[in-house]
Amino acid sequence: MINGNALSLLAIQWSWSLDGWIVLVGALAAVSSALLGNFLVLRRMSMLGDAITHAVLPGIAAAFFITQSRDSLTMFLGAVVVGILTAFFTEWIRTTGNVDEGASMGVVFTSLFALGLVLLVQTADNVDLDPYCVLYGAIELTPLDTVNVFGHLVPRAAMILGAVTIINIVFVIAFFKELRLTSFDPALATTMGYSAKWMHYVLMVLVSVTAVASFESVGSILVVAMFVVPPAAAYMLTDRMGIMILISAIVAACSSMLGHVMAISVPTWFGFGSTTTAGMIAVATGIFFVFAATFSPTHGVLVKAVRRQVLSLTILCDDIVAYLFRAEEIDHRTPTPGEVQENLLTTGTALRLAIRMLRRSGELQSGTTSLELTKTGRRRGQRLVRSHRLWEQYLVDRAGRGTDRIHDQAERFEHFTDRELRERLSKQTDAPKEDPHGRPIPDEHE
Amino acid sequence: MIALSDLMTVAVMWTPVFVDIAGVVGGWVGLAEFSPQQAASVNPFWSDLVRVVTMRDYNTRVVIFGVATLGGAAGLVGSFTLLRKRALMGDALAHASTPGIALAFMIATVMGGDGKSIPVLLAGATVTGLVGVAGILLIRNQTRLKEDAALGIVLSVFFGLGMALFGVIQQMQTGHAAGLEGFIFGMTASMQAADARLIAIVSVVVISGCLLLFKELQLLCFDEGFAGAQGYPVVFLDILLMAMIVLVTIVGLQAVGLILIIALLVIPAAAARFWTEAMSRMMICSAVLGVTGSVIGGLASAVFPGLPSGAMIVLVCSAFFFVSMMLGTRRGVLIRLLRRQQLNRRIDRQHLLRAMFEQIEQGQPKAPAGQTPPKAIAHRKITVSVAKLMSMRSWSLRRLERAIDRAVDDDLIRRSNGSCKLTGAGLTEAARLTRQHRLWEMYLITFAEVATANVDRDADAIEHVLAPEVIDQLEDLLDDQGTTISVPVSPHELEQRSTAETPADEHTAEEWSVNVSGDRGAESPTREQS
Repeated sequence: MINGNALSLLAIQWSWSLDGWIVLVGALAAVSSALLGNFLVLRRMSMLGDAITHAVLPGIAAAFFITQSRDSLTMFLGAVVVGILTAFFTEWIRTTGNVDEGASMGVVFTSLFALGLVLLVQTADNVDLDPYCVLYGAIELTPLDTVNVFGHLVPRAAMILGAVTIINIVFVIAFFKELRLTSFDPALATTMGYSAKWMHYVLMVLVSVTAVASFESVGSILVVAMFVVPPAAAYMLTDRMGIMILISAIVAACSSMLGHVMAISVPTWFGFGSTTTAGMIAVATGIFFVFAATFSPTHGVLVKAVRRQVLSLTILCDDIVAYLFRAEEIDHRTPTPGEVQENLLTTGTALRLAIRMLRRSGELQSGTTSLELTKTGRRRGQRLVRSHRLWEQYLVDRAGRGTDRIHDQAERFEHFTDRELRERLSKQTDAPKEDPHGRPIPDEHE
Repeated sequence: MIALSDLMTVAVMWTPVFVDIAGVVGGWVGLAEFSPQQAASVNPFWSDLVRVVTMRDYNTRVVIFGVATLGGAAGLVGSFTLLRKRALMGDALAHASTPGIALAFMIATVMGGDGKSIPVLLAGATVTGLVGVAGILLIRNQTRLKEDAALGIVLSVFFGLGMALFGVIQQMQTGHAAGLEGFIFGMTASMQAADARLIAIVSVVVISGCLLLFKELQLLCFDEGFAGAQGYPVVFLDILLMAMIVLVTIVGLQAVGLILIIALLVIPAAAARFWTEAMSRMMICSAVLGVTGSVIGGLASAVFPGLPSGAMIVLVCSAFFFVSMMLGTRRGVLIRLLRRQQLNRRIDRQHLLRAMFEQIEQGQPKAPAGQTPPKAIAHRKITVSVAKLMSMRSWSLRRLERAIDRAVDDDLIRRSNGSCKLTGAGLTEAARLTRQHRLWEMYLITFAEVATANVDRDADAIEHVLAPEVIDQLEDLLDDQGTTISVPVSPHELEQRSTAETPADEHTAEEWSVNVSGDRGAESPTREQS
């Protein structure tokens, strides 16, 4: 358990009665949004959260006009109705007007936001509806607005968001199969008897409810961040949907903690007081996402880059060995590294690295300045050249390519040809002794 | 339910606006009592309106000029981004610029400069805006996430950072951030001449960029791969296009606000798309809509001081959008409905005439092989009962009656109590249609190897859209059927369609028209076999 001592390292004031509730409220908002966000990301509707949160402004204002009260339930209902209308209008313009999804969303939410602004300005004297508040939220103030639950004072926001989180958890668990099917293959889902359309609208209703419930306390931009960023981070880490949802919820909850700690600690390093927690939570999700995207063991940018480098190095090693083998075969000479570098169009660093690798694996003779193949190396070169020439023969024989256009193709294939494939190639081309250019095809092993 | 609540919402929403308008008018009337020279002339509301519309105020001129040029530039760039399916790029960019604004303000203030100087803030916004673009491109190209997620991530994380920085600025002793928030909601009404000049410069740069690179950008939007193959520097063009979006967005921030600049980038372009298929015309249309919307919105807010100008501009633009969506001459909802209805009518008529012809033909003794069928003129006397026609296809009686009525109006058919017969013109047309249908049937049997049992349905699907050239080709292909232009004999037995036939078997005209009334479907009907 983190207490004041552990946090004193960060030189901040931490009180569980205040900061604990703030983190909890943030975590509930984050988790409830992230749960649904998984489906938005998979359905490529990530921007819908943004559109809905911007568009609910007129809903709040209209609810006020209708009831003339600042009762939060009315405003909540008004906002949810307009949130659903946003999804509905977007879909309507997209299908009826044949407009691309992003554009129809842009048209709908900007229009609704403008309408909301006009309405708010008209009523600015009557009601303290603050558009800034809608954008930023006031998560820091949530612990002050409490309700009495069985003798305990619990923040109202925690109650509301707790209820929404439970609803979303139940929804995701109960309809997990349907949601998965409709997200990945709506056509298949429809033929199997699940209505993709109904699933879509139920999801939209829940997204609206969650967005409205959250942004009252944490602000609309944080809602957008929570809908998109934790699921996106989870998507970088796994291919399984259940695990993805779980990871996204964990990331969301952790960002709430990290975000609040950053909000009250980072500015103090520069001599300021604390800053907006909601903003910092969004930044924290961003940090998590960057980490996931960079270091994911399966889909990470780094892993993919390393894999690409290793592959290109292996291919370079192949090319060096094959080049040396050919040089030996034609005029029994050992080329210099410079010549190899020029012919293989590689950089000096890559070449040196490849040569070092080959020497270590015993395919190049070590201790010499010239490049000499060992027996193992010669065998590898032989295999490669055999693959190359068999492919050339095959391409001419079977694919009807001209002899002048086969080298590049064969060059590409030779690196991925194993013994079994060579045997089949040899059989298919009637075990030729010479390739189409008249060069001898080496045997498998001498 | 939705319609009702929507209507109520709209009605209630506008009440205060009207009340305000009434108040303003009333105010002017009241004022008029104290200024006799005005009261002596026209209604003071109208004189004031005229004063605003003719832009006699220096301030109005500045504002209108600024928003108009911005609307034009945004409309131009917007049409490229719309076609490139990046309509919400402006949204992400505008949000991504907020930390830049905050940072620029902080750095400038700490260094003792004027934190609120517009060039400094714009420079900061541009820097983080460009970082945001780079982030979007990186996420899209380097990870398995798609464009929408990339936009969402950059937008929310950057804006979160911006909010956090604004939170810090609020504590700074030297400066208060009050003016900065104008960037989010716009401060059009307080636009200065310098701002308008900046907008004008950027607009000129952007508009000339669009015009100079029109061909290249057009190719980029329609076929990126082809543009690359043609040797155009696709990546460079893409970056150039984005830089133009950044410029417009950042400059627009202070004119109409962060959220509303997106509207200027998206709405005029989306509206223009309904009016034309040609890119150049779309761009002009979009720019004109952008300028008009900005001017009208700006004037409206100048006339009624209670209305924020940024929001008014957006609302005027969205009104344009809805009008365009409904009435657009190219892709508008109404025109497409009309086209579909026309197609349905044409198909119904063709079905009717062919059904009549086949009924008449059935009543005739079959011509022996090798001989020409009996003279067509004899067919004209034969009447066919409507009940008989009803059984030919699975159409509703109402629909059949309507098709007959229309054919009667065009003198193709004459009807007499409960049955009808073809006129001379009707017979010619019916023979032509039947011939077309059977030619296609034979083609399908001969060349596409469709089974005889299915051929009628497939031919049905295609015959309505056969172009004359296709028929020529069919005739060439099938010249072994003899050179007579008479109707070839049906390749399958003509049978009464039982009503028990499953409806799924028989495509209805609506179903078919859905397939062909798409954008280009009508020219290349490739209906999948059910």
